[in-house]
Amino acid sequence: MSDNTVWWAAEDFWRKTAIWVTTGMLLVLMVLTFDSVKQITAGSERVPAYSVINNRIYYKFDQDRGYQVPVIGDQAPLFGAMLTEEQAEALVNKGKMTVQARNCMNCHTLLGNGAYYAPDLTKAWLDPSWGAEVVREQLMIQFLMDPETNARTFGSGRKMPDLEITEEEARGIVAFLKWMSSIDTNGFPHGFKPIAQEGD
Amino acid sequence: MNNPNVSAPQLNGGQQLALKYFTVAMALFVAQIVFGIIAGLQFLYPELLYNTLDFNVNRMVHINAMIVWMLYGFIGSVYWLLEDESGTEVVGLKIGNLAFWVLTVAVTIVVLVYLFIQYGPGTMETIWFINEGREYIEAPRWADIGIVVCVLIFFYNVAATFMKGRWSGISGVLVLDLVALAGLYVFGMVYTTNISVDQYWWWWVIHMWVEATWEVLVGCIMAWGLMQTLGVSRRIVTTWLYIEVAMMFGSGILGLGHHYFWIGTPEYWLSIGGFFSALEPIPLVAMVVHSVYDAGTHGFKSNNHPALAWLIAHAFGNFFGAGVWGFMHTLPQINLFTHGTQWTASHGHLAFFGAYATIIIAVIYIALQKSRGGVWMSEAMPGNGWKWKWSLALLNIGVVGMTVALLIAGYEQSHIERAIEGSTWAGYFAAQMHKWFIQAMQWRMIFGWVTLAGVLLLMWDLLTVGKHETRVIKSLDHRPLPA
Repeated sequence: MSDNTVWWAAEDFWRKTAIWVTTGMLLVLMVLTFDSVKQITAGSERVPAYSVINNRIYYKFDQDRGYQVPVIGDQAPLFGAMLTEEQAEALVNKGKMTVQARNCMNCHTLLGNGAYYAPDLTKAWLDPSWGAEVVREQLMIQFLMDPETNARTFGSGRKMPDLEITEEEARGIVAFLKWMSSIDTNGFPHGFKPIAQEGD
Repeated sequence: MNNPNVSAPQLNGGQQLALKYFTVAMALFVAQIVFGIIAGLQFLYPELLYNTLDFNVNRMVHINAMIVWMLYGFIGSVYWLLEDESGTEVVGLKIGNLAFWVLTVAVTIVVLVYLFIQYGPGTMETIWFINEGREYIEAPRWADIGIVVCVLIFFYNVAATFMKGRWSGISGVLVLDLVALAGLYVFGMVYTTNISVDQYWWWWVIHMWVEATWEVLVGCIMAWGLMQTLGVSRRIVTTWLYIEVAMMFGSGILGLGHHYFWIGTPEYWLSIGGFFSALEPIPLVAMVVHSVYDAGTHGFKSNNHPALAWLIAHAFGNFFGAGVWGFMHTLPQINLFTHGTQWTASHGHLAFFGAYATIIIAVIYIALQKSRGGVWMSEAMPGNGWKWKWSLALLNIGVVGMTVALLIAGYEQSHIERAIEGSTWAGYFAAQMHKWFIQAMQWRMIFGWVTLAGVLLLMWDLLTVGKHETRVIKSLDHRPLPA
């Protein structure tokens, strides 16, 4: 440092500032991370337990928060079978692993992250294009196992490729999508219009 | 050498290794653009290569080739400046060379598996050996471990060399930054069923790389590059580097919160992420001021015109691509509509190119100048330097053109899919088939071809620049270190 440098332009001042600012920010991030991870652990209010696939999942506007939030309803077991927490986790896990193994994220987005060649999967379970709740599970399985024959292109010509998804994997994916739709995403995607919900 | 004025290149060990890294980096750069072109075409012609080389494969290779070539470019840049900056020979160069070959073989295998095996059953074997299916860090776990080992060897080379030689402000920042950069990768290697937890840690890698540690790394390279091309004083670039670190980490670490708006994480991230990410452009403005001011005070007189031009392109590209384009959609009130649309793709294209591709190309020009015998690369280059000038122009026009086209597509998608149609699948496709979207994709394609032309011309220039030059520069070294 030359003698005529003012303190706020000095190398030494900025080195210390860089160290203190970085350390301070990292500490804040760590504190927030402990809290956030606790709040997004499966079984929390924001991220429900995997056994939520035993229930109906609604999507309702929350007046206080100003956007739609998922609501967990009565029993409505996926594929007609009530599962224990462990069984539900195993099924959702199969789906999550298959979603990764088939590289879904490089066409679709999940929670809005991924690629933009195919629709977002965050609320796929609640999407109105499945028609009615009663036929949804079966349609999803058929589509996943043979997406070429059962193509859902909406006139775009963009078909999902045949990824040789087995029935077991397809069931896992549907379970994963149902569970994901129950996550509280602070209103994302905005203004979502869900499938016709019985009792609406 | 066919001219007596041009001496045989005297590259040190680190610099010879750097040239290998640069060679692979440029090959992957070409691959990135080729697969980007195919993916872009599939938006317009969805039947193209359907069930053979589907969009997800092309897009994965497109973004993975980019991440890997940039890492190669960074590693090469550090090896290039290592001996000069430390004043001693690279410690453990042999194992550094070995790591290069191991990493390159691993990358080749990963790409071949991506292309020819593509996917596997929904089991851990696929995660270990084929594809982890997580955007940007798809490399299977065996390769993750290999990457970490190779990066640790690189880190050992760098840290041990500075410890043996001398430390400077730049090397101190560089070493600490590399610890963070390598350490963060580990957070991307975990498998978990819970997608919210998955994406929470995934962003630690992606954000903390591209919006924090990579930015600081290029800050170090920029500081060195300005001394190298312009002869700026070390005290000035070092002070600027500290200012940039303070501002970059001061805004970027909690700026991570802009990825935690919609993944299940608590609502407080809306305020924290919005506030700190709004500050993220500030250090990028500082970098522009710094580099343009330095270039101006030196009358733009540099010993390497292509390198200086790419450094200036970096300063502006970083500011516009990462800073302005990031800021435009970073506040939660707008991000609610833009998250997961082509808006992100627009930002991604300009940011990665502007912040990172540019500066690596600049360092490669500096390296080539020395490796071809310290040849003249200032005004009145052969053919008036048309190859470097045109490749610079084509690449910048191409990427900016794609960015604007994708931004239009993003606006249209946010408007029609999100605001009007309520974010359903039908809404998604209504937006994708709208003529505004299709026109945007056509323009993106045109500028994609311009980019490809720019890349090919750049490769031609890099292979030939300075080869038949008979003039030499007086000195490459304007920047004495304090004893």
